[in-house]
Amino acid sequence: MKYLSEYRDPAVALALLGRITQTATRRWVLMEVCGGQTHTIVRQGLDQLLEGAVEMIHGPGCPVCVTPLEQIDKALALAGRPDVIFTSFGDMLRVPGSECDLLQVRSRGGAVRIVYSPLDALDIAAAHPDKEVVFFAVGFETTAPANAMAVWRARQLGIRNFSVLVSHVTVPPAISAVLDAPDNRVQGFLAAGHVCTVMGWTEYEPLARRYRVPIVVTGFEPVDILEGILMAVRQLEEGRSEVENQYARAVTRSGTVPARELVARVFCLVDRAWRGLGVIPRSGLGLREEFAAFDAEVRFGLGSIRVAEPEECRAGDVLRGKIKPPACAAFGTRCTPLHPLGAPMVSSEGACAAYYNYGRYRVAAAEGVAG
Amino acid sequence: MTATALACPVPIVETERIQLGHGSGGSLSAALIRNHFLPHFGNPVLNRQADGAVVSVPGGEVVLSTDTFVVSPLEFPGGNIGSLAVHGTLNDLAMMGGRPIGLTAGFVLEEGLPFIRLDRIIRAMAAAAREAEVPIVAGDTKVVERGKADGLYVNTTGLGLLDSAFRPSPERGRVGDLVLVSGALGRHGMAVMAAREGLAFETTITSDSASLCPLVEALRTRAGAGVHVLRDPTRGGLASALNEIALASGVGIELEERALLVPSDVAAACEMLGLDPLYVANEGVLAALVAPSAADAALAALRSHPLGADAWVAGRVVDGHPGMVAMRTALGGLRVVDLLPGDQLPRIC
Repeated sequence: MKYLSEYRDPAVALALLGRITQTATRRWVLMEVCGGQTHTIVRQGLDQLLEGAVEMIHGPGCPVCVTPLEQIDKALALAGRPDVIFTSFGDMLRVPGSECDLLQVRSRGGAVRIVYSPLDALDIAAAHPDKEVVFFAVGFETTAPANAMAVWRARQLGIRNFSVLVSHVTVPPAISAVLDAPDNRVQGFLAAGHVCTVMGWTEYEPLARRYRVPIVVTGFEPVDILEGILMAVRQLEEGRSEVENQYARAVTRSGTVPARELVARVFCLVDRAWRGLGVIPRSGLGLREEFAAFDAEVRFGLGSIRVAEPEECRAGDVLRGKIKPPACAAFGTRCTPLHPLGAPMVSSEGACAAYYNYGRYRVAAAEGVAG
Repeated sequence: MTATALACPVPIVETERIQLGHGSGGSLSAALIRNHFLPHFGNPVLNRQADGAVVSVPGGEVVLSTDTFVVSPLEFPGGNIGSLAVHGTLNDLAMMGGRPIGLTAGFVLEEGLPFIRLDRIIRAMAAAAREAEVPIVAGDTKVVERGKADGLYVNTTGLGLLDSAFRPSPERGRVGDLVLVSGALGRHGMAVMAAREGLAFETTITSDSASLCPLVEALRTRAGAGVHVLRDPTRGGLASALNEIALASGVGIELEERALLVPSDVAAACEMLGLDPLYVANEGVLAALVAPSAADAALAALRSHPLGADAWVAGRVVDGHPGMVAMRTALGGLRVVDLLPGDQLPRIC
């Protein structure tokens, strides 16, 4: 496939691996921010191949994983209402809330539908004027423009039975949170290419300066990731801390301006709780006052849901990069994709799922256990 | 929530109700059969959990198979629920080495189904049976109230004759066997997904729905007893089918990522939706585990028929990791290709 297969070329990837190994004079610690990058790294075994030259720590950039339990429980409460059609991207459906997940709500009669775009949810609202249609607006800056567009269009078209349950988060405050942690080991970042396709990289320039860390805007295929790693390693070796762009085929410094403008018109920065990271000030997006009519939390009066957070799952440590998934005592035993303790084991971008789905054989082999 | 609180819920074990995932062909489906059906129905024939049941009759053995079709939408590029119902059961018989001699068809029709639609489906069904030269010899119809069925459901049951010298079976995989696959992966699943309401990406992907009997006949005559296992990787895709074989045979299977054959339009649609074509359904592809000595003959046999013109070697049966499927990645790493719990869920971004 053009623009894809060339970024999966094994010969190119292996050559890059060689250059990384030659360039690194010590073992550097890098964090890939995005869960999509984590999956490529684990799926292709890049972390193993890099062993010795670079340690990859997996970052908090999985939108499903960092959505707090409280928001999941609000989604479940809405989905269970007989007057609501609840719409969501697919990978939120199996994320466990306090008592069940969206798939289970559906099996009990709740109207839960997978959509591929929030505009599809808007179409459902137009087709079912007798129902309230709620869309679960989760994600980083990548999904924010489409979600903003759905709200904008709803107002434009006068579709009153549409609302969004917003749990948007943004990347730069998460990078700050990782770097501010007293036990931080991360020396450089691969920033998430798709987020930067929308936002550009101007927000990362002050971070690179303030914390003196290299940040390389990076794509998602093996060649992208290895090239991003090489660029970061070169910076570290040369004592530089700049923002560089590996993903030049998709990202420019100022991003996609019309998309950013739309996001800014519909959303504003709010404090947001992150699963595992706690409340980070001004780290999320919420609807602006003038769009409050489309806010599901306002419309359905959801403010009162409060949940206790059980402790066995170590998603927080995984999302902060403190531990790798197999270091969790529940990994692969009490926590599997079929019976997840937390979102990182379910999401297609979750670090625990990546290790479980692609890495179990390696873990078993390393322990000398067949199967 | 404080900055140090770790936010994860207790595990949820849904034991009370059927979920859609129980029909996905993944590990939830396996648990449903193991925990609810086998304890009551279990017997030596059923316990083998093969595509069809080999039953002794005076004078020899026959193979029986049954399958129920609930596909939505009823019609999709490359076929409809009728042709699919014929191909599906014929293929299940063929995977046991059976040569089909007759089919039955049972219909659950929903009040309000337009005759014009029903007739299209029946015509496609008849055409598929005629092409395979297998008559539909008995049938049944029931009608349920509007809203109680999704247009129509079809069950087909087939009877096939067995050749005692050609007995492929899921537990017969042996170390050293090659894994052959008769065609490109993922066309049926992506054609249906593209046609499904609410997913309007522009595509020309057509279902691969077809009778595999001619391919199996070619394998029988040219590779014979060297064919150890046959499986049509329908729901759950090639990954799930090979996992079942690995478990049934107690062997490890290693796939080669570089060998994977996926049509470019299917690959593009899967990329867009975040799906892995290894888990997408096929309805006109077979996987065969073949002894090394018979592999060349088997590959030539598959390629001798238009349906198998693109037949490829997917991997081999290995000594290590019994019961598990792994894939040698293009970069030389080895990763697990696991059984999914339920359906693949399209990702956020």
